[in-house]
Amino acid sequence: MSSSLGTVSPVRRIKDRAAAAFVWIAFALAVIPLVSVLWTVVAHGIHRLDPTFFNFSMNGIAGRDAGGGAYHAIIGTLEQVAITTVIAVPIAVLTAIYLVEYGGNSRFARVVRFFVDVMTGIPSIVAGLFVLALWLLTFGFQYSGFAGSLALTILMIPTVVRAAEEMLKLVPNDLREASYALGVPRWRTICFVILPTAFTGILTGVMLAVARVMGETAPLLLTIFFTKAINTDPFSGPQGSLPTFIWDQASDPNQNAVNRAWTGALVLIALIMLLNLAARLVARRFRPAGR
Amino acid sequence: MAKRIEVSGLHAYYGGTLAIEDISMTIEPRSVTAFIGPSGCGKSTFLRTLNRMHEVIPGARVEGKVMLDDDDLYGPSVDPVAVRRTVGMVFQRPNPFPTMSIYENVAAGLRLNGVRGKSKLDDVVEESLRDANLWNEVKDRLGKPGAGLSGGQQQRLCIARAIAVQPQVLLMDEPCSALDPISTLAIEDLVAKLKNQFTIVIVTHNMQQAARVSDRTAFFNIAGTGKPGKLIEIDDTSTIFTKPQEQATEDYITGRFG
Repeated sequence: MSSSLGTVSPVRRIKDRAAAAFVWIAFALAVIPLVSVLWTVVAHGIHRLDPTFFNFSMNGIAGRDAGGGAYHAIIGTLEQVAITTVIAVPIAVLTAIYLVEYGGNSRFARVVRFFVDVMTGIPSIVAGLFVLALWLLTFGFQYSGFAGSLALTILMIPTVVRAAEEMLKLVPNDLREASYALGVPRWRTICFVILPTAFTGILTGVMLAVARVMGETAPLLLTIFFTKAINTDPFSGPQGSLPTFIWDQASDPNQNAVNRAWTGALVLIALIMLLNLAARLVARRFRPAGR
Repeated sequence: MAKRIEVSGLHAYYGGTLAIEDISMTIEPRSVTAFIGPSGCGKSTFLRTLNRMHEVIPGARVEGKVMLDDDDLYGPSVDPVAVRRTVGMVFQRPNPFPTMSIYENVAAGLRLNGVRGKSKLDDVVEESLRDANLWNEVKDRLGKPGAGLSGGQQQRLCIARAIAVQPQVLLMDEPCSALDPISTLAIEDLVAKLKNQFTIVIVTHNMQQAARVSDRTAFFNIAGTGKPGKLIEIDDTSTIFTKPQEQATEDYITGRFG
């Protein structure tokens, strides 16, 4: 099959194969831990995946006892993350809008961008310590789910700002000009043209941030404290949460407690997946139409 | 429904760079004025000063006077948003709003300016799409995304969107440069039809197009790269293309440079 165009030289063929093999190996290496984690969590967590787990708290249940559940922890996590999202997302999205639509390269915008980067790097326990020092010790509020939300807010804002900023930057300038040329004021252009166009991407960024803060343990230990009982009021008294539930149960040597910890982990992963799924369904409705 | 534009002593800058220098001209109502000239000669920049879109670019500014009948567009109390509502614009690349349907795209200018009432919007959308020669092609799929149309249809959609807000003047910045010959013909027919209602200014790098569609033609040129663009001459299109006053114009239209 030799033609005037020549054939692929053996060296190039070998390089091609080597590169392809390398890519596949890298892919496998990346997937192994993912599958392994999922498998381990499902295999261990399945034992206690029963109605009791979802309907009872740990009130009056010691580590060696069978039964007990994470009702209080699930309630706590959902409330805390919901409050966090409600506080953090508007602040973060408005910051991103400022950075992209108004700030440009001004001095103030550069300073904001710098501090958002700094905030991204804050260790989560430091966020917890900050809220402990300011909200609980200085202002004198008691442990509560809301205090935990404040700590999580500090962690969530920078992630959402970065994601939203990148998404807003992707909105073509043509669309802004098209809107201005129709005599539409800037704020309406942002609300009705730019944000809808970037909506799907911003939502994805928010979901990633939610997934991140949902699994945070350290800042919650310092702010929501700890309880085995159900506390549905996030504004007063210690509250449970799934990460602290897992942490507590896993540190107990009894098999019954360890089983509860695994199921807690499984439920946490499932919750994050469900939220992601819901977000995707919402995003599909708003997706910019392709050609 | 159509106004005269009188420009005198207009300079436009990008930051510290002078992009166009000392331009004065009169643009007649209910006619098509074409801007021609080599790349970088400032014809698009000048066009964007006519509806205050130039200043949207950070650092860009304008000196001089643009009168729309009796109103100074750059007067101290003039709202640029109101100017853009009066002087509409169609861009080089079709840019329908990707999240909106065909109907919503045409209604966007009115809706985003607070006009409500479905029957009024329905009427304006149909009328604008008819004026843009697009109605027959899209009337059965008004709810479909605007981005799903072909390039030429998208550009006509953008024209419908621009005329739906009832401007006095329509600026077109190389509206056919991204389109195939058939779509170009459709747009040119449309321009000929729209000039009965609007004052139309069209930037084109296609001299045949200027000759075909315009009543008057302005030729812009630059002395060299980095130098500001200038208006060389403006006259009736037939005069520009047969016996121009300036040697540079003749050199350009006969293809000696550009």
